[in-house]
Amino acid sequence: MKRRDFLRIAGALSLAGCATPAPSKARVVVIGGGFGGATAAKYIRMWDPSLDVVLVERDSTFISCPISNLVLAGYASFNDLVHGYDGLRRHGVQVVHDEAVSIDAAKKTVRLARGGDIAYERLVVSPGIDFLFGEIQGYEPAMNEGRVLHAWKAGAQTQALRRQLEAMRDGGVYLLSMTLAPYRCPPGPYERASVIAGYLKQHKPRSKVILLDENPDVVSKGPLFKRAWADLYKGMLEYRPSNKVVAVDGRAGTVHLEFGETLKADVLNVIPPGRASDIALKSGLVTTNNRWCDVDWRTMESKAVRGVHVLGDATLSAALMPKSGSMANNHAKIAAAAIVEALRGRAPQPVKILNTCYSFVSQKEAIRVSSVHEWDGKTLSPVKGSGGVSAARSEAEATYAWNWARNIWSDSLA
Amino acid sequence: MERMITLAAALLCCAPGALAQDANGRNLAAGCAICHGTEGRPFANSPVVPLAGLPREYIATQMRAFRDGKRPATVMHQLAKGYNDAQIDAMAAWYAAQKR
Repeated sequence: MKRRDFLRIAGALSLAGCATPAPSKARVVVIGGGFGGATAAKYIRMWDPSLDVVLVERDSTFISCPISNLVLAGYASFNDLVHGYDGLRRHGVQVVHDEAVSIDAAKKTVRLARGGDIAYERLVVSPGIDFLFGEIQGYEPAMNEGRVLHAWKAGAQTQALRRQLEAMRDGGVYLLSMTLAPYRCPPGPYERASVIAGYLKQHKPRSKVILLDENPDVVSKGPLFKRAWADLYKGMLEYRPSNKVVAVDGRAGTVHLEFGETLKADVLNVIPPGRASDIALKSGLVTTNNRWCDVDWRTMESKAVRGVHVLGDATLSAALMPKSGSMANNHAKIAAAAIVEALRGRAPQPVKILNTCYSFVSQKEAIRVSSVHEWDGKTLSPVKGSGGVSAARSEAEATYAWNWARNIWSDSLA
Repeated sequence: MERMITLAAALLCCAPGALAQDANGRNLAAGCAICHGTEGRPFANSPVVPLAGLPREYIATQMRAFRDGKRPATVMHQLAKGYNDAQIDAMAAWYAAQKR
C-alpha cells in the first residue's frame, strides 16, 4: 500500500517534471544497494539535496562481502556483515525494496518486478555480478543440493559454508577454487584459504586446505600471502596454480580438472566465473566479452547507453583497478559528482579515486594493497610512484582492516 | 572580431578554471572516507585521525610529511604520493572547513 502510494507520487512528480522542466527537481534512480549504489544514492543527496533520489534494492538488508571470510573462519559473526538501509533514508533517499527488471533508456524509465515504472533524469546501475554456472559441468544441480557452494555473494551461502566447515571431520579436506582474473575481489580467494586454514589449524589440525587457482600465480599480494602460508600453514595449505575446475560431482564430493585429474574433498567451495549481473546484460550495458560494462571513467557513464552510469564490479575495470568494495564506493563518488554537475548543466570535475584492500592471513594479522587512480586523458590509471603493499603482515594492519570495514560500511550506508 | 573576443575570453577563463578543477577539495577528499569516514568523521574511537575541522596547515604538513617519507605510516606514505601540492592544499582546506 505504502509502495503503491509512493509510485503514484513518483508518477505525479515525473509528470510535473515534464510540464515544468526544473532541473533542481530532477530525479536520479539507482539500481542496486551494494557498496556502489548505496554510496551513489547517499552522496548525490549530500552534494545536491534538491535532487530526488530513489534506490531500488531487492534485498531488505545489505550483507557485506568484505569480512565474510572471517565469518567462515569463525573470527567474526554473520551479524557484523548485515546493515540496514535506514541510514540512507535519513539522507532523504527513497529506498524501494523491489527488483528492477528492465530499463527503457529512450523513455528514461525503470520497470519494477512488482509493477510500475519509475521515471529518471539520470540512472545509476550498480548491479554487482551474476555467475556463469554453466561454465562448470554439474555445478548448478550440485549447488541446489547444497553439495557445492561459492559463498562469493555474502548471505545464505556464507552461513551454509560456515556450517559445513564446522561439521567437517578433523582430517577432512576443504577445497576452494577460483577462475581466471578479472573476478570480484582479487585477494579474496587467498584470504579465504588463509583464514580457513587458521580455523582448521586451531580446531581440526589434521585437516587440509587445497586452493585450486586457474591463474598462473597469486593474483594479488602474492609474496605476502605466500610468506604467510609458508610461516603459518606449512603442510596444511596446498596452493595449486594453473588448475582449472571443469566439472563438479556433488554426490561423489569430487571436482574434475581440465587435464583429467579428479580430486575428492569434504567441503567443496568452487567459485564459478562471474559477469555483470542480469539487469546489465538485459539492458545492453554489457560491452565486453559478454561479461563487463565499459564506462567513461570521468563520469562512469556507460559507453553503450547514454544517461546511464554503471558502477562497481560490473564495470570493465581500468588498468590495475580491482573489483573491490573500495573501488565501487569510489566509482559512486565519480558518478555522484558528475551527475550533480550534469543536472546543473555543467561539466564534470575530476575526481581522484583510491583503493585500499585489506586481507586477513590469520585471526589477528592482515596485509594490504593500496593505489591512487587519476584521469590520464583516456582512462583512470594509477598515479606514478603512489600505492603499494604492506611491508609485512601485522596486527596493526588487522586493526586498520577492521577500521576500514566499519568506516566504509558507514560511508556507504549511514 | 566578436569571435576573437569570445576566444580570448575562453582562453582567459580556461587557465584558472583548469586549476580550480584540479584542486577540487571535496571531490579529492571523498576517496579518503573509506578509512576516515564521511567528510572526515570516522566512527567513535576509530584508530584513524578524524580529519573534519583539523587546522588546514596541520593536515597539509602531515600529508607532505607522509609523502616525503618524514612521518612513518602503514599506508599513508603510499597514498600521499598520489597527490600533488595543489591537491593536498585543496583537500586540507576542505577538511578544515568541515564541522567536527
